[in-house]
Amino acid sequence: MKTFIKYSLASAILAASISSAQAETELVVVSWGGAYTKSQQKAYSNPFMKNNPGIKIVNDDSSNEAASKLRAQAEAGKVTWDVVDVLPDTAIALCDEGLAIEINPEKDLAKGTDGSSAKDDFGDALISPCFIPEIVYSTTIGYRTDKVGKTPPSTIADVFDLKKYPGKRALNKNPIGNLEWALIADGVATADVYKVLKTEEGIKRAFKKLDTIKKEVIWWTKGAQPGQLLADGEVVMASAYNGRLFSAIVENKQPVGMMWDAQLFELDGYIIPKNAPHLKEAMAYVKFATDTKRQADQAKFISYGPARKSSSKLVGKHAELGIDMAPHMPTAPANSKNVLYKDINFWADHKDELSEKFEAWLAKG
Amino acid sequence: MAQDNTATLKTADGTLLKLSLERSLRRRKRNALLLVAPLFLFILITFLLPIFDMLIRSVDNKITAEILPTTVPLLAKWDARSGKLPDELVFKAFITDAQIASKAKTINRLGKRLNYEKSGTSSLFRKTGRKLKKFKANKLTGTYQEALLKIDKKWGKIATWQMIQRESGRYTSSYFLSAIDMKKGIDGAEWKDEDSQIYINLFKRTLWLSFLITLLTILLGYPIAYLLASLKTKTSNLLMILVLLPFWTSLLVRTSSWIALLQKEGIINDVLVSIGIISDNARLSMIHNQTGTIIAMTHILLPFMILPLFSVMKTIDPSYIRAARSMGATSFTAFRRIYFPNTVAGIGAGGILVFILSIGYYITPALVGGTQGTLISNFIAYHISESLNWGLAASLGTLLLLLVLALYILYDKIVGIDNMKLG
Repeated sequence: MKTFIKYSLASAILAASISSAQAETELVVVSWGGAYTKSQQKAYSNPFMKNNPGIKIVNDDSSNEAASKLRAQAEAGKVTWDVVDVLPDTAIALCDEGLAIEINPEKDLAKGTDGSSAKDDFGDALISPCFIPEIVYSTTIGYRTDKVGKTPPSTIADVFDLKKYPGKRALNKNPIGNLEWALIADGVATADVYKVLKTEEGIKRAFKKLDTIKKEVIWWTKGAQPGQLLADGEVVMASAYNGRLFSAIVENKQPVGMMWDAQLFELDGYIIPKNAPHLKEAMAYVKFATDTKRQADQAKFISYGPARKSSSKLVGKHAELGIDMAPHMPTAPANSKNVLYKDINFWADHKDELSEKFEAWLAKG
Repeated sequence: MAQDNTATLKTADGTLLKLSLERSLRRRKRNALLLVAPLFLFILITFLLPIFDMLIRSVDNKITAEILPTTVPLLAKWDARSGKLPDELVFKAFITDAQIASKAKTINRLGKRLNYEKSGTSSLFRKTGRKLKKFKANKLTGTYQEALLKIDKKWGKIATWQMIQRESGRYTSSYFLSAIDMKKGIDGAEWKDEDSQIYINLFKRTLWLSFLITLLTILLGYPIAYLLASLKTKTSNLLMILVLLPFWTSLLVRTSSWIALLQKEGIINDVLVSIGIISDNARLSMIHNQTGTIIAMTHILLPFMILPLFSVMKTIDPSYIRAARSMGATSFTAFRRIYFPNTVAGIGAGGILVFILSIGYYITPALVGGTQGTLISNFIAYHISESLNWGLAASLGTLLLLLVLALYILYDKIVGIDNMKLG
């Protein structure tokens, strides 16, 4: 009996010492899942964990419902997320509701390696005091190279041209992007799109232009759908995130081409929820993940561009395929001849109203 | 006499028998209550209270008075039809309230709330809050009104103040009005512009599609259930597995397989083209539209019709039909007069199950419905997780709940809920 007690005591002490050695902070990082989360793991999380042995990063693929879930967590009084990857409009909404903390770029973010201050290095990307910019990406048009004849589409007006390019198109089931493209295709200059869209006539004009292709549109809701629809040959063209098209064309070798005209340019980045369980570690993580080197590293794994100016020069080759990544970035000079910068403030104000109009327009058949 | 006797009867320990019986009955009742208490509490906390909370959200509007505590009572006195802006006191109160709210970072919540009433209010409040942070009352040169108008001209519009006044009550009807395509005007509720009307059509479509799907499951399920009920147990068990197997398969898998089958380049179209029924450029579009929703949902909900029908048919004695036939009824008459009336209870049970399930369905229509095949629940999900307009989502949900309850009562009046049988 005595030996038994001795052994069990000894093993209990041993167990306790092991568990205390393993006591780590679990940092919950929420993102979009798929290839994108993988690129973040490889470029940010793995080196971060190597530098900080006490921290373990747990991934959660809930960015799609980040705002609603965070709201529910805050209402329940228990926030479980530390860092959340969101789109700028979500960041603004969460910031407005006081659900995300405000950061000071000079203090909380790393300086550029070229010596520029964080504020200058991120520049216009700092669209909200809560938003920590990470990547730039764009929504562009992909097309089946075998179904568009000898002259592939080259302008956004071609998407609306059923005579030249007959067949189905896949577009995002969302007013954002489609209304702007409709206006550009109708002859509005890219820089004036939001000015026109602020007027009643502008909205009518956009819908009227969309009417011309309505019968030939399949509306997608998830980022993976357009790539699939193109691969299946269900559509001849599709709007899609440029990273998805990159993987369809370069990684999966599908007969798909890509057109950059009027690319809808947008940011993606982090917020830190108010009352995040591990604030200190979360701050350290975003500072690390958005420094010049890490930002450039991410482009090795996915064709989204770094939000920092100082990182752009450092973008190298794809980690597995060894091809040069710079020409595949939305910011590459050849790709950015005609760029439609998404007006976050316009959409923060008008999304509800225009979504309503858009859905009513869809339902009219 | 007998009553008197029982009244004086006593148990061994001397208490009145009546009293003692009552006591034991009460004890048993209490024990029974204690037994159901865990389940009752579970349902109360995880089901009824959240529903109640959601219902409250559809009218809740305490935010305006919370964030503008001094402005709201002053603004209430202003005559919205006077054609004049509210007086200086209101502007002063508003600036004071907004300044406090901007420091507490709550002002944008109100902006977001009022943006549901008028687009652009969100950025108006964001801008105002940001600028008011630097505002100091003792350095004010002109009036408060001028100060606010300098921040944004919209504060000089009567409509802005009318909206705040209208939405300053503890409760609001604006979510419910939105849910039936209406909005508040200066003279009460009015219809929204035609190009913003969605929900009434969606309710109609949801009801019509649910009805159609129920009808299709009855037509398809009835013969199968009959076959299952009349075959030998050994064979029918085998067939039953065929009914249950898809039932056990993940919903997403079943829906995705329909996409693979029905799409333009899908198996069905390929077969039709290869045997020459349709030409290659006239492939049928059977998915991403209403047809897709109807086909996939009918398939997915079919077991909910077959199972109650089967269990009801199993209980029908075959000798009834034999008796009818022996008295000269044709097989159709025997079916119509004898067999079918006996299965009505099963049709009722299956019908109500399928109908209520399909009225709230959302994954399948979201994946295969395109624009013409989405249902009201897709919009509830949209407002919960994307637009974050929980008030509107709650009022749509409440309307859907009321609709189902109304149909249930109607069903009870016409068919009778007692006639429903699950087996």
